[in-house]
Amino acid sequence: MSHRRILFCAGTGCISSGALKTRDALVSELEKRGIRDQYEVVLSGCHGFCEQGPLLIVHPEDTFYCGVQPEDMAELIDEYLLNGRVVERLLYKDPVTGERTSDHMKIGFYAKQKRLVLHNCGVIDPENINEYIGTKGYEALKAALKMERTAIIDEVKRSGLRGRGGAGFPTGMKWEFTFKTPGDKKYIVCNADEGDPGAFMDRSVLEGDPHAVLEGMIIAGYAIGADEGYVYVRAEYPLAVKRLRIAITQAEEFGFLGSNIMGTGFNFKINIKEGAGAFVCGEETALLASIEGERGMPRPRPPFPAISGLWGKPTCLNNVETFANIPLIIREGADSFASVGTERSKGTKIFALTGKINNTGLAEVPMGMTMREIIFDIGGGIRDGKQFKAVQIGGPSGGCLPAELLDLPIDYDSLTQAGAMMGSGGLVVMDENTCMVDLARYFLTFTQNESCGKCTPCREGTKRMLEALERITEGKGESGDIPMLEELANSIKDSSLCGLGQTAPNPILSTLRYFRHEYEEHILEGKCSAGVCRNLVTYHIDAEKCTGCRACTRVCPVEAITGDKKQPHEINIQVCIKCGACMEKCKFDAVILK
Amino acid sequence: MAGCACKNLDKQPLPYEKLDEIIVRYKGDPSAIIPILQDIQESLGYIPKESISYSAEKLGVSPAKIYGIVTFYAQFRMTPKGKHSIMVCEGTACHVNGAKGLGNAITDELGIRGGETTGDKLFTLEYVACVGCCSLAPVIVVDGEVHANMTPEKVRKVLKQYRGNGKDEEN
Repeated sequence: MSHRRILFCAGTGCISSGALKTRDALVSELEKRGIRDQYEVVLSGCHGFCEQGPLLIVHPEDTFYCGVQPEDMAELIDEYLLNGRVVERLLYKDPVTGERTSDHMKIGFYAKQKRLVLHNCGVIDPENINEYIGTKGYEALKAALKMERTAIIDEVKRSGLRGRGGAGFPTGMKWEFTFKTPGDKKYIVCNADEGDPGAFMDRSVLEGDPHAVLEGMIIAGYAIGADEGYVYVRAEYPLAVKRLRIAITQAEEFGFLGSNIMGTGFNFKINIKEGAGAFVCGEETALLASIEGERGMPRPRPPFPAISGLWGKPTCLNNVETFANIPLIIREGADSFASVGTERSKGTKIFALTGKINNTGLAEVPMGMTMREIIFDIGGGIRDGKQFKAVQIGGPSGGCLPAELLDLPIDYDSLTQAGAMMGSGGLVVMDENTCMVDLARYFLTFTQNESCGKCTPCREGTKRMLEALERITEGKGESGDIPMLEELANSIKDSSLCGLGQTAPNPILSTLRYFRHEYEEHILEGKCSAGVCRNLVTYHIDAEKCTGCRACTRVCPVEAITGDKKQPHEINIQVCIKCGACMEKCKFDAVILK
Repeated sequence: MAGCACKNLDKQPLPYEKLDEIIVRYKGDPSAIIPILQDIQESLGYIPKESISYSAEKLGVSPAKIYGIVTFYAQFRMTPKGKHSIMVCEGTACHVNGAKGLGNAITDELGIRGGETTGDKLFTLEYVACVGCCSLAPVIVVDGEVHANMTPEKVRKVLKQYRGNGKDEEN
């Protein structure tokens, strides 16, 4: 009997929800039955559907189980593995239709995706190079090493690939600049300093398919004439660092990295540099300074890194997802790659879907898909049947788009026009309970904290904008605040040194553009209709809904709630500290905000 | 921000052999300051003030340069950590799902704010930008273990478990 393969998702999300404990339970149950050797139990990279974790897939039939716990394993073996009876209760249940399905390609979350970059994630064991080779891994490198360097660069140019890290600069052009700059030493740098809160696709690619990134870097090194590369990765991603180290060692053993690669005389080595927690290091010149062992502060460009980069040498710097696209382009050809996407944005983009959405996780879709398809078809719509209010795209540099723009086809240019940006691809969905002023304040707090302080517009300007937003959310806003914010935002945009400062005002400008009424409501009426800004709301109990169960009185830390058992309770708003514990606890939605 | 670290410095003598071992590991290369500091922190739990001048001398750079790096990067701390490290994720997904309430609950329960350690040296509280578990938001990470879908109430329970043996907890 042929071996069956049982894949456990071992991305950070699933590990956090207990995947490893479930795996151990499965292995020990298999051992108990003496059938361990008939099954191959593999830890794979991220499947993307983190919401439903821990995930388990049985091959060859591709049965998809979710939310699997250690105690489910005995039943899974006895019913399914040994007797072929699908364990219904562990199958994915559609949140809308309530139907269960075992074929994971039929699940809404996967059905509309186009997984090109992620094709290995969740399928292969990322710690085993043979599995990567088994899915055409390193074939692109073999092909590239037989090509003229300029032919490789032309192929990348023709593919229309643009940088996946945010700004969307054409990758082929960047390669060409670095190639054409004379120099005896050149570097390739992979930007894996994924700092946008709410984006985790780079981490998943590194964890799930590290060799694809390495292969892309090696091809880039060969094409531009570099013999050394760096991966600058966030220290907060220990699993990605670990898998990357394993992948580098294995690639060296197999002769894909090191000296005289595949007998061609081409040498290339890759080093890992762990970041130390500074968002600004995602900016390319700051990142290079950090690799050199300096404070990670940006410097003016030009000269661009392609001319003068790491230690003053020509350096080609691309993002993780960009490099992961390269093997695909070389292997399948530029035309095939360019057949996906829109006129000016080719290929696919991985988005991290989070926030108040049913299916959180990672989704790879063709460029040009509408926001509505991504949020409602793939993401399964808004949680708890609430109303969609806005989607924040592109992290702290991006903007918020309202419901009117749901049918906007997503590509680099359409997003910039709408006042947001692709950024790294974080999509945070917000419902009626999100306050847009508070959200702008949140992003400004972040960028203000992360401002390196080198240039005045960003250092001082973000501080002043944040003060104004704090005032407004505390109910102390003044009528001059809105025009002042607009003026400041525009001058910071124009005059900051690097991308962090130039894009820091985007969350304010986009919320002012689409949700101006919320700012006005805070300032003029002293109201926060989303019920988020503490100073502007008071907690009350709806006497009709309250059953007098006393649950809220037990969690209230300041004993502000009074009332007899089975009688409607009351909150003393003089005592209440607005912590929200009662609202959290109440099963009858009787605690309301006014 | 780390603030001034002049007070409350640990008076224990520095483990010089350990520092030497780390510096030798990087061949005394001054461009490896960041990984050297990461290793010092990994080994000692923080960057003692004296270790800055000691490594500066060994690496042939000024203490000011190293101090500048230590205070620039959020990862480095100049005061010892408590026994348990609590990280509250402040990523966007956690924020819209109520991370603020979690931080407040911890401050309320332990009397410490971000970057501080409790008087009994049991807990250190830190706020981090994003731990990348957005689908489990809001999360806190205690000693590397992710606690998913937290509420202020659940946070209090988690703290209780780490504080005692967690036996006496009520529902």
